[in-house]
Amino acid sequence: MYTQALNSSDGDDRGVEDVARATRFQARIDADERIEPNDWMPAAYRKTLTRQISQHAHSEIVGMLPEGNWITRAPSLRRKAALLAKVQDECGHGLYLYAAAETLGTSREELVDAMLSGKAKYSSIFNYPTLTWADIGTIGWLVDGAAIMNQIPLCRCSYGPYARAMIRVCKEESFHQRQGFEIMVTLCRGTAEQKAMAQNALDRWWWPVLMMFGPPDQVSQHSDTSTKWKIKRFSNDELRQKFIDATVPQAEFLGLTIPDPGMKQNANGNWVHSPIDWDEFKQVLAGNGPCNRDRLAARRKAHEEGAWVREAAMAYAEKRKSRQLAQAAE
Amino acid sequence: MATANIEVSETPLVLYALRRADDALILGHRLSEWCGHAPAMEEDMALANMGLDLLGQARELDTYAAKVEGRGNDEDKFAYLRDVRQYRNLLLVEQPNGDFARTMVRQFFYAAFADLYWRAMMASSDATLAAIAAKSEKESAYHLRHSSEWIVRLGDGTEESHRRAQNAIDDLWAYTGEMFAVDDGERGLIDAGIAIDPATLKSRWLKTVTGIVNEATLALPKSDWMQQGGRIGSHSEHLGHLLSELQSLQRTFPGATW
Repeated sequence: MYTQALNSSDGDDRGVEDVARATRFQARIDADERIEPNDWMPAAYRKTLTRQISQHAHSEIVGMLPEGNWITRAPSLRRKAALLAKVQDECGHGLYLYAAAETLGTSREELVDAMLSGKAKYSSIFNYPTLTWADIGTIGWLVDGAAIMNQIPLCRCSYGPYARAMIRVCKEESFHQRQGFEIMVTLCRGTAEQKAMAQNALDRWWWPVLMMFGPPDQVSQHSDTSTKWKIKRFSNDELRQKFIDATVPQAEFLGLTIPDPGMKQNANGNWVHSPIDWDEFKQVLAGNGPCNRDRLAARRKAHEEGAWVREAAMAYAEKRKSRQLAQAAE
Repeated sequence: MATANIEVSETPLVLYALRRADDALILGHRLSEWCGHAPAMEEDMALANMGLDLLGQARELDTYAAKVEGRGNDEDKFAYLRDVRQYRNLLLVEQPNGDFARTMVRQFFYAAFADLYWRAMMASSDATLAAIAAKSEKESAYHLRHSSEWIVRLGDGTEESHRRAQNAIDDLWAYTGEMFAVDDGERGLIDAGIAIDPATLKSRWLKTVTGIVNEATLALPKSDWMQQGGRIGSHSEHLGHLLSELQSLQRTFPGATW
């Protein structure tokens, strides 16, 4: 079930830092070549990518929970099928991404354990609750919209397996984004109660969504090396700005008000947002968001309650193998 | 104001389609409850996949029931605006998920039936039902393969998985008889070549089930007492809770479009 063979990546020369190799590596990156799993890469590149890809995978898996919260209550059979398919897609994204991370030498089992123990992070956006059906529309519209802004450039990431996974993920995400927007359109054209539900969801999700792009450029820790390695091609602030500029007309179309009375359009046509409450971001990152405990508890529960099933599958596979060996020996 | 239940003119053909739609909807809903909580990510994918198949079957059957009935009902009215006494599904499919063994045994008992049933229904003289059957048969064949493989793994896995699988079989066995029962209305459809007689599938179903259960080193119960009532709206206590969740938005915001 898990790729045990990948548990250890010691004993080869891939971790050895060597100036000539590092120079060649950077030259390949500069020439826009793709780095593949068996190529030499600096240990820090491997570590950065393992962290980023596995965090991304964890986010997909934890991200199933807030939306999964509405599958059994979706208000029509069409919406129910679309939501179930969407959450299933997220699980699929998690699987591709764990597979991409495994090519860097850490097993899915280890990566998942790091998430369950709280050591590895996932996107903080999933630590907010889905209180009404409008949250499902808003997540599709804004959270998936923001994810696409982040992920489209990753389709050209220097690491081949990650870039290829992102191409497929982005196609599905943009479908989800359109679905979410369509839920919002329906709510905004519906009854006064539905429209109020949509506005309330936007009010609650707007600022956390802006935080999804990460800290402002002047304080971001990872950006410089990630940019040099072409893992990251745009800065946090650049992506955030692109997202806001794309979203403002959509909110206008819906007849919803972005909960930032101070937001203004500058001479270049960009919408300039008011200061973001980075204390809230730090609190959620530190484990103090409204749902951090619930999310981890749900993942741990699924993992622990599934242990006997996974053990049974392993035990059966072992039995079958030894029976086949015994038969072959006869 | 709560939204009132719809009225349904349950002619034999409408009732026939609604019964099968309700089987698929309720079982699909149960499978969807697993989403995000399955024992492995691969199973999250598989359970959602089967849930989606069943939801699709339910929608087609409901849409057909609405067309035959011709009173302005539709798939959502059937799903969201009938109460527990108006639901017509088998008792088996409304049983709670329980642990993974229980979910798989429930799926296995049903899929082993549905696979045979839809294959036979492909010969229905009703073109719509025959087309729905052709699609559902392909899906049910996969559901049967998937659940059969798990029954064998769980039964012949560890002591714990064996015990859990056997408990699930013992607890769910009494809900299997209802799949083969036929009432007078349905008898008319069978005579007209629109429906097939499920009783004719029983020995083949039992053969499939016994084969897998034996391979899994499990046993079928000796008791042949069978619970009935789902087809006429006499359900277990579980269905009402499922419906209160399923229908909550439609009941809270009467008449809204979603």
